Amino acid sequence: MTRKHILVALVQDKPGVLNRIASTLRRRNFNIESIAVGHIEIPNLSRMTIVVEGDDAKVEQVRKQLDRVVEVIRISDITYENPVEREMAMIKVKASAATRSEIIQIADIFRTNIVDVSPDSLIIVATGNQEKVDTLIELLRGFGIRELSRTGTIALPRGGAGPLTIEENKPLRHVVEHVLSEEEENLPNW
Amino acid sequence: MMKTGAEILCECLLKEGVEVVFGFPGGVLLPLYDTLPKYPELRHILVRHEQGAAHAADGYARVTGKVGVCIATSGPGATNLVTGIANAYLDSVPVLAITGQVPTFFIGKDAFQEVDITGITIPITKYNHLVLDAGDLATYVREAIHIAQTGRPGPVLLDIPRDVLQAKTEFIFPEKIDLPGYKPKLFGHPSQIKKATDLINTVERPVIIAGHGVNISRAFPELKELAEKSQIPVVTTFLGIGCFPESHVLSYGWLGMHGMGYANKAIHHSDLVIAIGMRFDDRATGVVSAFAPQAQIIHIDIDAAEIGKNLNADIPIVGDIKNVLQVMNKQITKREHVAWLSQLNEWRTMHPATEIREHEGVLPQYIIRQIYEATKGDTIIVTDVGQQQMWAAQYFFYDKPNSFISSGGLGTMGFGLPASIGVKVGAPHETVWCVCGDGGFQMTVQELATMVQENLDINIAVMNNGWLGMVRQWQELIYNKRYFGTQLYNPDFVKIAEAYGIKGVKVSKKIDVRPAIEKAMEHKGPFLIEFVVEPEENVYPFVPPGKTLVEFLEMPSPTGSLKK
Repeated sequence: MTRKHILVALVQDKPGVLNRIASTLRRRNFNIESIAVGHIEIPNLSRMTIVVEGDDAKVEQVRKQLDRVVEVIRISDITYENPVEREMAMIKVKASAATRSEIIQIADIFRTNIVDVSPDSLIIVATGNQEKVDTLIELLRGFGIRELSRTGTIALPRGGAGPLTIEENKPLRHVVEHVLSEEEENLPNW
Repeated sequence: MMKTGAEILCECLLKEGVEVVFGFPGGVLLPLYDTLPKYPELRHILVRHEQGAAHAADGYARVTGKVGVCIATSGPGATNLVTGIANAYLDSVPVLAITGQVPTFFIGKDAFQEVDITGITIPITKYNHLVLDAGDLATYVREAIHIAQTGRPGPVLLDIPRDVLQAKTEFIFPEKIDLPGYKPKLFGHPSQIKKATDLINTVERPVIIAGHGVNISRAFPELKELAEKSQIPVVTTFLGIGCFPESHVLSYGWLGMHGMGYANKAIHHSDLVIAIGMRFDDRATGVVSAFAPQAQIIHIDIDAAEIGKNLNADIPIVGDIKNVLQVMNKQITKREHVAWLSQLNEWRTMHPATEIREHEGVLPQYIIRQIYEATKGDTIIVTDVGQQQMWAAQYFFYDKPNSFISSGGLGTMGFGLPASIGVKVGAPHETVWCVCGDGGFQMTVQELATMVQENLDINIAVMNNGWLGMVRQWQELIYNKRYFGTQLYNPDFVKIAEAYGIKGVKVSKKIDVRPAIEKAMEHKGPFLIEFVVEPEENVYPFVPPGKTLVEFLEMPSPTGSLKK
C-alpha cells in the first residue's frame, strides 16, 4: 500500500551525507516530500526526518540501503509508531484594511502567531502537522499568498525510548538489519 | 614526525599491507609521484589508461582478497576510473581509488582538470571522501581501506588535492578508527539459522545456489561440508564459479541465461533454494516471478539490503557466510536425497551443456577445452565480456576458488586484458590465460604495453569472429537477423602484438590450436594467439529475455530446428 512514510535517521555530521542520502533515494525513484536536518543533544550528530511516499516493502528496501551509508548510524521508519509530527510554515499574506481582521481571525483559530504587520501584508507563523498547515494555506490562498516557506516535517515517536534514543554511557549500536518477529527481537543479537 | 601528505599516504598504504599500486600520473599527482620512489616496497605499475588501472586493481583484489589500489590524476584521469569503479561496485570487489584533485584554493572554480569526482562516484562507491587537511589523511586512508575490505566489500575513493599532498604535518598512524555508523553484521541470527536448518533437514528436493559471496568469505570448506553432509546439489552463480569444485559429484554447473539446462531445471523443480552469497541478479533468475516456483527460499547474505530486493526470502539470514555456515553445519543432519539426485543426473544426460560438436572449423568452445586440457585445469582464466566469456565459463572446468575472473554485474567490455595484469601481479606463480573477443580486446588494447613493460607472463587468446558476437547473436535470434552495428573490420592482431613487442601467432585451423596453446605456455612473458573462429557461432543454452529459466534454447541439432 502506498502511503506517506516518515524515516528518521541519526547521522554523523560530515560533508556529503545529505548528498548520499538524496542520491540513494533518487536512484530508487523516490520523490522526497520533505527532509529536515538539525543537530541533536550529542555533539557531531544530526537527526534527519525524511518524508517519502511509497509502499511499505519499497520503503523498507530503501531504508536498508540508506542504512548502508557509512555515516548513517541508525535509521528507522516510524510511520507506524504513532509519532508526533510537526512542521512550521511562514506565510506572507496580502492584507488590506478590509481583509486584515478576517485573516487575523483565521490565524487565531489555527493558534498561529503573527510576527510581522505591514500596511499591505502579514506574516503568519504556523506550527502543526502537515494537514493543519495545508488547511491553513488553503484558507489563506483566497487572500493572496505573497511568499511561503515550510520547514518540512520533524517527528518523534511518543512514549519512552524511541528507535533513535541513545542511552547514556552506551556505545552507538546499529539497528537490527532485518525484520524479526517479536520473539526473535528478545533474543541476544550476536 | 613531520611528513608531507604524499609521504603519509605511502606510509599508510604500506602499514595497511598494500604492496602494489596501479597508476597513471598527472599534474596534481606530481607530489605523490615525487614521493613514490622513496618507498620502493610500494610497487608502482604504470598503466596506459586509468580504466586499466581500476580493472587491474580489481583483478588483483579478486585473486588476493586484499584491497587493490589504483591511482589517477584529477579531471579526466578521475573520470576514466569511473567504469572500473562501477565494475568493482557491482561485483563487490575491494578497490581503493586514489585521485588527485586541484589545490583546495581552486576547488569549485572550474580549474584546469577539475572535476567533482566524489560527487560523481557517490552511487558507485561504498565510501568516498575529499580530503581537505593533510592531518586527516591517515584516518581517511585507514577508514577507506577498512570499509573496502570488510562486510560486503566494495570500492572506495579518496580525492586528495595537490596542496594536501604537499602540506607537512605531524604524522601519527591512527591505531583506532571510529565509524559508529559502520557495523557489518557478521553473525547470523541463531533463531533464523535454526529455522533454516530445521527446514533443510526435512525437505526432499533442496538445491544450493552458491554465489560470489562464498569466494569473498572464503567459505569453501564450509560449503563443501554442508553439501556433502546433507547431500545437497550445488549450483553456482556465474561469479560463484570455482567456489565449489566443478568435478565434485554434487556440482551441477551454474545457473542463468547461459547456465546449464540441468542447473536451471534443478532450481525450477526444487522445493528449497539455499541461496548463499548471491543476489538474484536478473541474468541469474530469468523471469523472477517464475523463479523456483515450488521452492521456499533461504537467503544468506552479509548485506541486509539484498534481502528481499529482487526476491522475497522465506528465511533471511544476514551474516558472514563462513560464520553462518559453520553454525548451520553443526545442526545439519545426514541426508541422502537419492531420488532427487538421480533426477538431476537424468537431466544432466538429457541436456549436455559442455559437449563440443564435430566441426571442421575452429570452434571457440574447442579452444577453451584445449586450454583446459593443456593446462590440466591449473590456471586462472580471466575473461572479457561477451560470447567468449560464456564459453570460457562453460567449457573449462573450475575446481579451484578464484580461478575464474570475470566482470559479472557490470559486464564491462575491456575488462579482460587489464584485469589479467592485476591477476598476474597478484598471483605471480599461477599461469594466467586472458580470453578476449575481438571487440573487447580493442577497448583496452593499450594495456599490452603495460604487460611488456612489467614483463608479465600472460597468455592472451583473442577469439576473432569479426563480430560483436553476443550482440550479433541477439540480433540473429531476437531481432530476426537484422544485423547492424555489429560487424567488425579488424586489424591484424598478431601484428599489433608484435608492434608492442609481444610474440604472437594466428591460428585459423583446428589442427594448429593445441600447438599454439602449448607454445604460448612455454613462452616466458606475454604471448598472444589470434584465433580466427567460426564467425556465427552462438552461445547455448540461452534463456531469452523475458523467459523463465527452464525455457532455455539449446544448440540446434544438425538437422535444423532448435531443441526446446
